[in-house]
Amino acid sequence: MPKQVQLKVGVEKNLREITAEIPDNTPRPWDGSDELKYIGGYLKRIDGREKTTGRAKFTFDIQLPGMLYARFLRSPYPAAIVRKIDISKAQNAPGVKAILMVQKKLPLVVRFAGQEILAVAAETSYQAEAALKLVEVDYNIQPFVLDTTEAKKSSAPLVFNTDVEEQTTEGDITEEGTKVTQQGNIRGPKISPEDATPDEVDAALAASDAVVESSYRTQVQTHCAMETHGVVVRWDDREHLTVWASTQGTFTVRDELASVLEIPKTNVRVLTKYMGGGFGAKFGAGIYGVMAAKLAQKAHAPVQLMLDRKEEHLCVGNRPDSVQKLKIGANNAGKIKGIKLISYGTAGVGTGAGTAGPAKNIYETETFYSEESDIFTNAGPGAAFRAPGHPQGAFALEQTIDELAYKLNIDPIEFRKMNTANNEIRQVQYEIAFKKARWEKRNPKPATDKGPIKRGMGVANSVWYYFYRAGTQVEIQVNSDGSVEVKNGVQDIGGGIITIMAMVTAEELGLQPSQIKINIGDTNFGLGPASGGSQTTAGVTPAVRNAAYLAKQKMFGIAAELLQSEPSELSAADGKIFVTNDTEKSLTWQQIASKIPGEKFSVIGERLNDHIETKPRTIAGVQVADVAVDIETGVVKVERVVAVHDCGRPMNRLTLESQINGGIIQGISYALFENRILDRNTGIMVNSNLDQYKIAGSLDVPEIESVIIDVNHGQSSTGAIGIGEPATVPTAGAIANAIYHAIGVRIRELPMTPDKILAALESRGGTS
Amino acid sequence: MKVPQEEKNLPEHSNGISRRSFLKGFGVTSAGVAVTPVSELLTQLGETATKAEGKLLGPDAANITLTVNGKKMTALAAPRMTLVDVLRDQLHLTGTKVGCDRGACGACTVILNGKSVPSCMTLAVDAIGKNIETVEGLGDYDGKLHEIQESFIEHDGLQCGFCTSGMLMSCKNLLDNNPNPSLDEIKIATSGNLCRCGTYPKVFEAVMAMNK
Repeated sequence: MPKQVQLKVGVEKNLREITAEIPDNTPRPWDGSDELKYIGGYLKRIDGREKTTGRAKFTFDIQLPGMLYARFLRSPYPAAIVRKIDISKAQNAPGVKAILMVQKKLPLVVRFAGQEILAVAAETSYQAEAALKLVEVDYNIQPFVLDTTEAKKSSAPLVFNTDVEEQTTEGDITEEGTKVTQQGNIRGPKISPEDATPDEVDAALAASDAVVESSYRTQVQTHCAMETHGVVVRWDDREHLTVWASTQGTFTVRDELASVLEIPKTNVRVLTKYMGGGFGAKFGAGIYGVMAAKLAQKAHAPVQLMLDRKEEHLCVGNRPDSVQKLKIGANNAGKIKGIKLISYGTAGVGTGAGTAGPAKNIYETETFYSEESDIFTNAGPGAAFRAPGHPQGAFALEQTIDELAYKLNIDPIEFRKMNTANNEIRQVQYEIAFKKARWEKRNPKPATDKGPIKRGMGVANSVWYYFYRAGTQVEIQVNSDGSVEVKNGVQDIGGGIITIMAMVTAEELGLQPSQIKINIGDTNFGLGPASGGSQTTAGVTPAVRNAAYLAKQKMFGIAAELLQSEPSELSAADGKIFVTNDTEKSLTWQQIASKIPGEKFSVIGERLNDHIETKPRTIAGVQVADVAVDIETGVVKVERVVAVHDCGRPMNRLTLESQINGGIIQGISYALFENRILDRNTGIMVNSNLDQYKIAGSLDVPEIESVIIDVNHGQSSTGAIGIGEPATVPTAGAIANAIYHAIGVRIRELPMTPDKILAALESRGGTS
Repeated sequence: MKVPQEEKNLPEHSNGISRRSFLKGFGVTSAGVAVTPVSELLTQLGETATKAEGKLLGPDAANITLTVNGKKMTALAAPRMTLVDVLRDQLHLTGTKVGCDRGACGACTVILNGKSVPSCMTLAVDAIGKNIETVEGLGDYDGKLHEIQESFIEHDGLQCGFCTSGMLMSCKNLLDNNPNPSLDEIKIATSGNLCRCGTYPKVFEAVMAMNK
């Protein structure tokens, strides 16, 4: 029997009352009227001790008796056909226990430099490397294409001669029902059925008082998680295996291995207690996971297969590049009439280069049209990377929006306010950003600083989406000594879900977070969400709270007898269970637990579908960047970033701040430094390391001030929404707008390296 | 350690070997046994440790003694093995990580005779006779943690945790030499530790909070 509840929902203190129907046996959702003890506060990570003492064991640290080390042989050529492989010498090399081809039957088509050919398992990694050198491969070298624009030509070498099906992971946003055709190396364009027609949007643009049309290019970016991809696989018997995986989705690894090895899912146990970063690239078992399992099977020994840093750059994912042509038109008052985006990009031999998310979902416009195409090239496959498509899209969109604002002589924040008028969250965020960034002190005219260091301030909007998956099952076990254990198969990729789970449980049970033991990262526990789409917290916390609620009801059942009361008359707080209207009648949690029949009990809480459809379904966010540009060297320094974000009801503000910092720093890195460079003659990535592929370091970090606003929808029992991706979407756009404000020229290509700044200044008419 | 007169004006490298003596050492030997130049080199610079071992090392693995966190430990090491590989695979001290294996990311940072070094770019045999400090030696997991570890936890100077060991060692080394570092000094000290999760601002906070 569902029950009706009254909820106070809204943005910050602007609350209104609604009625919602929630399933029986679930707690009243936290809403704007709730003042909670732990939720929304700052709590230190409970795995902090393990991580700071070196005790935390990552997949890379798992050492099993008799473990073999596996390494891949990879094609040095970007395009080839392999008709012959001779492993006879390699097989007899010292320490070699198994060799397996990636594809049993030849010929094997190679489509990028770094593609896997075969894998060797040996007693030491040195022996595996030595054995690889003894493998003789006949590469029939083929023509290849690397440049995204070149690959579009009908004369370009064909990367695939069959149609390619889009492969997505939990990190991607998939749109049902969009049919895409393939011609040559072009897959697309993908057009949304709900969009206006090209004629309609062209008409709207033609009728606009002011139009801006600009083109942008962004680069391929590799994920660079500090722990590389890899697994340790041990067959426990002929039909059961245990896999330690550095993964963002324990169940995605389990499911793929079960499918490939043709064994039941329940026979595969995946363990991920700690993992060293993923950012979207670590879903599924990967070729490395499958090969490790097969090698372990063949060699009758556990196998470790961890990629090295070079392989990490080449073959396990990247953020596709983009070429975007964006046209936006508005009337003189500043209202947007039409947005038209034609974009394409390369995800190498993969798909996923779309960039239309921001253009489609941030601003209110009368007409919208977009085309997104994937261009195949002979390079490593793209993979979902923290807000796929969005940093690229926002870089182009936010600069074009600024251009239009300047053209109409309207302040950039005002212009954005006008065109997101129906989004209450954004309106609140602009106010806060304006104040914190001291925007009123900003000179509306660009390039007014004297001297070689020119400073500028730029703004950009973020957008992401509220995703969650129902079905997560959390088990809570209460023991007779009062200890509480929470179990779920989810992984913690660094966002701090463990600590949040303890906070939610403690809040519901009236205990302290330190009294709650959290056990995660084991697919023998209940189903948990993959950490993609910023949905971990939103997916797990309601299941945790629902389980805690059930555990509390059970404790109330036991306590009621002892306190001579009814369960409905009881409350739990401060380590006690007491009669709500007669607080003297109380017992401690431990006293009640000691009376548990059978010495312990377990309950299972489920993540159900939201009982309210949240509107809007977008997550907002806005960032303002202060930059200093040295016009003599072209070096850009980001001095300060103000970030105002929303994530539904915040759970742990301490880890939220860390997530926002992380998103901003990755955004700076993407805006200014990173670039996967392929040698145009050999097709080989020339900077497949961390000294020449540059990611942001300590000296690149600006002052960051972040504000998280509270949004209570009451849609689930906790109201949590995500933050990981929204935090990184706008940063490059804000920096680009700040650079324009500083020097009066626009940089339309990423990364915004000194040479580009100087070239832009030169083309404008010299540096002064 | 006696330093030849000519070397006194050269910049010191972290292991006490200057480029001139390194090249000189390689110059007098043939390209035969891999480790011979190293042991000759060490002898030239008057390292006592190898002399105390009383034997040549390599090319096969041999037992070496390393002083790790104040304790003498024996490991089987071939001369080509890096310190990080020996620490992790032989001594099972997996707190120190490998992020890039070429000295670019700092995940393998340990302190060697008071200087923070990339242990993936240090040969295990070059660490013989030196004080090696790893993250495992900072504090007692079951008891009292080092102040820097407590501060990291307090200020959330960690996320996924993979860069944390290296980051801690760089910070510890800084504080050992400079108990009240400025923000700029902290940034420079951690400039060799890459963190993709973006913990830097809170690492700075954690170290600043320790200012006396």
